[in-house]
Amino acid sequence: MNSKSGYNRLFDPMAETGQALDFSQHGLGQKTVGNPFSVKAKMSVRNLNVYYDDKQAIHDVSLDINRNEVMAMIGPSGCGKSTFLRCLNRMNDTIENCNVNGEVTLDEQDIYHKKQDVVPLRARVGIVFQKPNPFPKSIYENVAYGPKVHGLVSRRAQLDEIVEDSLRKASLWDEVKDRLFSPGTGLSGGQQQRLCIARTIAVSPEVILMDEPCSALDPIATARIEELMAELSQNFTIAIVTHSMQQAARVSSRTAYFHMGRLIEVNDTRRVFTNPEHELTEAYITGRFG
Amino acid sequence: MRKASHKSSTAKVPSTIDLVNRNLAKRKRAEWRFRVYGIGAILFGFICLLILFTDIISKGHGAFFKTQIHLQIHFNPQRLQVLQPGAIEQFNNANYDNVIQDALFADNARISPALLSAVDKRQLLSLISTGAVYSLRETLTDSPGVLNQSVGVWLTVDDDVDNYVKSLAHGGEGYTGRLSQQQQSWVNRWIENGQVRQTFNTTFFTSGDSREPEQAGIRSALMGSLYMLLVTIGLSFPIGIAAAVYLEEYAPINRVTDFIEVNINNLAAVPSIIFGLLGLAIFIGFFDMPRSVPLVGGLVLTLMTLPTIIISSRAAIKAVPSSIRDAAYGLGASKMQVVLHHVLPLAMPGVLTGAIIGFAQALGETAPLLMIGMVAFIVDVPADLMDPSSALPVQIFLWSDSPERAFVERTSAAIMVLLAFLISMNGLAVWLRHRLGRSHQ
Repeated sequence: MNSKSGYNRLFDPMAETGQALDFSQHGLGQKTVGNPFSVKAKMSVRNLNVYYDDKQAIHDVSLDINRNEVMAMIGPSGCGKSTFLRCLNRMNDTIENCNVNGEVTLDEQDIYHKKQDVVPLRARVGIVFQKPNPFPKSIYENVAYGPKVHGLVSRRAQLDEIVEDSLRKASLWDEVKDRLFSPGTGLSGGQQQRLCIARTIAVSPEVILMDEPCSALDPIATARIEELMAELSQNFTIAIVTHSMQQAARVSSRTAYFHMGRLIEVNDTRRVFTNPEHELTEAYITGRFG
Repeated sequence: MRKASHKSSTAKVPSTIDLVNRNLAKRKRAEWRFRVYGIGAILFGFICLLILFTDIISKGHGAFFKTQIHLQIHFNPQRLQVLQPGAIEQFNNANYDNVIQDALFADNARISPALLSAVDKRQLLSLISTGAVYSLRETLTDSPGVLNQSVGVWLTVDDDVDNYVKSLAHGGEGYTGRLSQQQQSWVNRWIENGQVRQTFNTTFFTSGDSREPEQAGIRSALMGSLYMLLVTIGLSFPIGIAAAVYLEEYAPINRVTDFIEVNINNLAAVPSIIFGLLGLAIFIGFFDMPRSVPLVGGLVLTLMTLPTIIISSRAAIKAVPSSIRDAAYGLGASKMQVVLHHVLPLAMPGVLTGAIIGFAQALGETAPLLMIGMVAFIVDVPADLMDPSSALPVQIFLWSDSPERAFVERTSAAIMVLLAFLISMNGLAVWLRHRLGRSHQ
């Protein structure tokens, strides 16, 4: 909605200088250091606050996610990174007592605008969850479900094409092409997670959110998903929440460090892991807590 | 003291494994006892069930057979008072009692020449069921050619004779029925002559209630129960699921929802006769619907079944993993699509289980039906939802109250039919659950 929000104008020049941003002027006495803003943002978050009943889970977070980048979000358990991720396609709407305020834009459109329908939003911003959660239906049905509910195809042949294409992009096609109509729940954990990724890709979203997609997987399956993310980032914008700092270091181009509901630091991944600006970030990546 | 000194002399601190071993035997005994309690509980239940079934089947199996005697009937037009040849309508009003009477007396005269006194005649006549005239009418209507001819016909006997013949099958010792010595000797003579047979009691399944046990059947009650069940299923299943889906998926969590939930839980525990009173006041009193009809019975049973279905459906819907909902919402499915495509199919086995339990309860319910007049004596088989009818459990209740000995076995037989009905319903539920469960693995 707001093509030129006040914050954009205010912070864009500062983003280029990479200076620390002082948020104390908003009365919260906190700072996000590094580089949270960008001129080519796909999604922009401004002053996001999230409450579960009275408990505040996210404090005044502002962050841009660039087109076709992999943005990693790291931080200790309960720091709000998953909550933040779920705000990006309004998955928090399904939680009864969750209250969101602030501004989140996708291509400069406010996704929390009261006229914004969540259905098309989620078609544009897909999500992959921590635990593989294929529908208890066939592999084919799993991938075809999204295109079907959105009415993306009119003929069976088109649907077949989308299913094959999505499974190929998720590098699962060769393993399942002979048993497309057997249950998706019969696959191994890693295959199930790739099936979930294929299911998300099938709707051809612009942004893919991944909430610790590898935490339930073994190292080999994890390596395959990480490879996949690198490939996917050519076509999609990816935001990934992860507990593994190695994973963040391997797959992402920028990293955001969350701590107790606050966004502490955002920088290029290499910078975060080699030369963090904030002492909390440094403490976390050197393993002093987390 | 001595013991203590003994202990200190061996002077050894027991290791953990020693302590574990020392208690092991005790633990094993406790485990064994725990198992025995379980097996005992199962055995108790099984024995009770066995006693119930043995009692019902031993009492009721006789009702599935009826006794008939073979008589040579002469369809004499004068005695039948069928005077105009070819007018089939007269057959409906013909006097079949006369020809039965003639046949009986002729049969008796053939064997013993002694003349019958008036009392004897009455006693002899009472051996044949009053319903025998209907089977003769049927014979004559089906084949008018037998008019003026003598034909061998199997006639159903009175329930007292039926009872006597069945008691003979068990040795006949200590017969305490209502047949006099004279009547018993007639029946014995028929048996010797091979004029008596036991045949499958189709009457029991084809006719409605009757004052005469040998003519009483469960058709009216069975159809009444079936119609009521149709109404109940047709209304409570969709209403129950809709309510459960709304409460579980749409309703905001607030005081109103809490209030509704508490009320539904309470309604599930309300005695069924209260629902009968409610039905009487609302459907019959306020909406002026007729009494004793399956439609009102079905409505009352719907009210009674709804809480059960709503509660079990909600539990089944709640048990659908939230990860499946998340997955569907994450793909951009709308709420209705999530519910219809994922939640309901996954919850369906649980919903069905609860619904079938509710329907089985409704099928066996008697008290609310008494309140809306379904306890009436209904002879005709209901043809639709607005015909007065009875219900199986009410029929069982009515027969169990009847003095005639033959109604005892009919009561048990009706219970057997009701149980068969319930078992087939539960079988259907198991099959459906199996099928739905498999298609969603």
